[in-house]
Formats: sequence, structure tokens, C-alpha cells
Amino acid sequence: MRELSLHILDIVQNSIAAAATLIEITVIEDLAHDQLTITITDNGQGIPENMQSQLIDPFFTSRETRAVGMGLPLFAEAAQRCDGKLEIYSQVGTGTQVVARFRHSHIDRAPLGDITGTLLSLIALNTNIDFIYHHIYGTKAFILDTREIKRELDGVAINHPEVLSWLRQFIHEGLDDLFGGEE
Amino acid sequence: MKSLAELKQLREKLQQEMSARNSEGKPKIIVGMGTCGIAAGAREVLQAIINEIERRNLDVIITQTGCIGMCEKEPLVDVQLPGQARITYGKVTAKDVERIIVEHVINGNIVTDLAVARLEEGEI
Repeated sequence: MRELSLHILDIVQNSIAAAATLIEITVIEDLAHDQLTITITDNGQGIPENMQSQLIDPFFTSRETRAVGMGLPLFAEAAQRCDGKLEIYSQVGTGTQVVARFRHSHIDRAPLGDITGTLLSLIALNTNIDFIYHHIYGTKAFILDTREIKRELDGVAINHPEVLSWLRQFIHEGLDDLFGGEE
Repeated sequence: MKSLAELKQLREKLQQEMSARNSEGKPKIIVGMGTCGIAAGAREVLQAIINEIERRNLDVIITQTGCIGMCEKEPLVDVQLPGQARITYGKVTAKDVERIIVEHVINGNIVTDLAVARLEEGEI
């Protein structure tokens, strides 16, 4: 994948498949320690312990259309080639957390890319799931919580085209502000 | 800067319009969001679909599916008009989106050169 935001979109599909109703995505750019950490936490059905060791094996999948699952192995590899690693914590009935760590300045680290497109895709296609997005860049933070947005919308669909357009600008401006106009 | 107050204004406007929208019989657009679809550009195609729907003020349902085993033809986009066969379009690019929306979703004509599969209504 060319962008870390595409990995995020992909890994969140696992949470959706696990029937999560709340998915939290956290991106921490700790510039002082040259660390980039992406965490995806869901309240889905969780992964049985006997399957956990096989998760980053591409020839293991719980899906039935094909015998390979590339999502987690690709994300793990992306982290490993940047002096980082992928950790997966899961408990049946509670949920799953995927943590990917990267050296922020590593030459092979893919850019975060189009975070706005990833978030809009998730929100537009999964109106019954709530998403929380936290992005910390140095000392600044951006937060989007669809539960808060839905409260304001009071029954209007969050994927109404005009609401998506508002969200696109809201996220775009929030991230612009976070990077101080750098990206 | 976008504010929640602005969102409230938008909500009031949309709530008035909403009563005119009916939930039955809408065209459906389904985007493949498996690893294969995402790696092939499904996110960009979906953004183009969202933009086109907004630009033309269309009342359609957009939803997603996972990998259906035609990975080499991703990004896959399905269009289903009420009561009609579900048509799968393959190797869709953001540039193809306008054509699919105008010709199929609006005018009801299948874009045959992009179509890769057809599922009759009862088979789904």
C-alpha cells in the first residue's frame, strides 16, 4: 500500500467484519522521540487465542472466499521495515487492538496520505458504526467523534452528501491546522 | 474553520428537505472494500462517487462489500436499480465514475464496456 491511511482503511475492515459498533483510530506523531504510532481499537467480537499467533501469516484467514488474507501481514511488514513492529491484543467478547509502530523519519516509511479520504470512506459506508479519530502531532491534537456529530445531526443521515461535504472540509481544515500548514 | 454551529444550520436545512426523500426504491451503489479493492484504488473511486452524488444531488444508497474473489478486476463497483439486475463494473477508475452514474444510475443504461458481471435480482 502506498499510504499508511490505506492500511488504516484496510485494517478497520477487520473491525467491521468483527461486528464492531465503535472503532477508535489513533495516530500519534511523537516528533521528539521520532516515533509514529497507529492504533486501531474496536469493540468487535475479538479473536480466539488459538488464532492470534497466525494473524500475520498471509496464508491464514477467517474469510471463505479465498485462502489468503493480506491485510495484517502487509501492515506488519510496513512497520517492520521502518524499525517498528505490529502488535495485536484481542479478547473474545471485548474487542481487538492493533498497534503499529514506525520510526517517523525512516526513509521507507510510507506517508500517511489521504487521511480525510479514509475517514470519509469509513463514515459514508458504515453509518451504523461510530468512529473516533485522534491525531496527535507534536503538541497539537485533532479529534473527530462521529457520536458527537450524530448528536448534532439529530436524525439527519451522517452520509447525506451535504453532511459528507461538511465533514470533508472539517477534517481537512482540522488536519491542516494540526500540521500548521506544513502538509 | 468549520464549526458545529454550522453543522446545526445544515441539519435544520436538511431536516426540511428530508421529508421529501423516501427510503424505498433507491438505486444502490456497492463498492468493494477488501484489501484487494483498497490496494487497487477503491478509496479514490468511492470519493469520486460521493462527489458525483453531491454534485448531482442524487438520492442513492452507497454501501460496501468485502473481497468477492475477483481481486484482479478490482476496484469493483456494483450498481443495482430497484427491481433490476445487479451489475458489477470492474477496474473502475475515478474517471469512469461520472459515466456509470449518468448512464446507469440516472438513465438506466448499463455501461457495457465496463461491466464484468451480472446478478439477477433473485440471486442475491
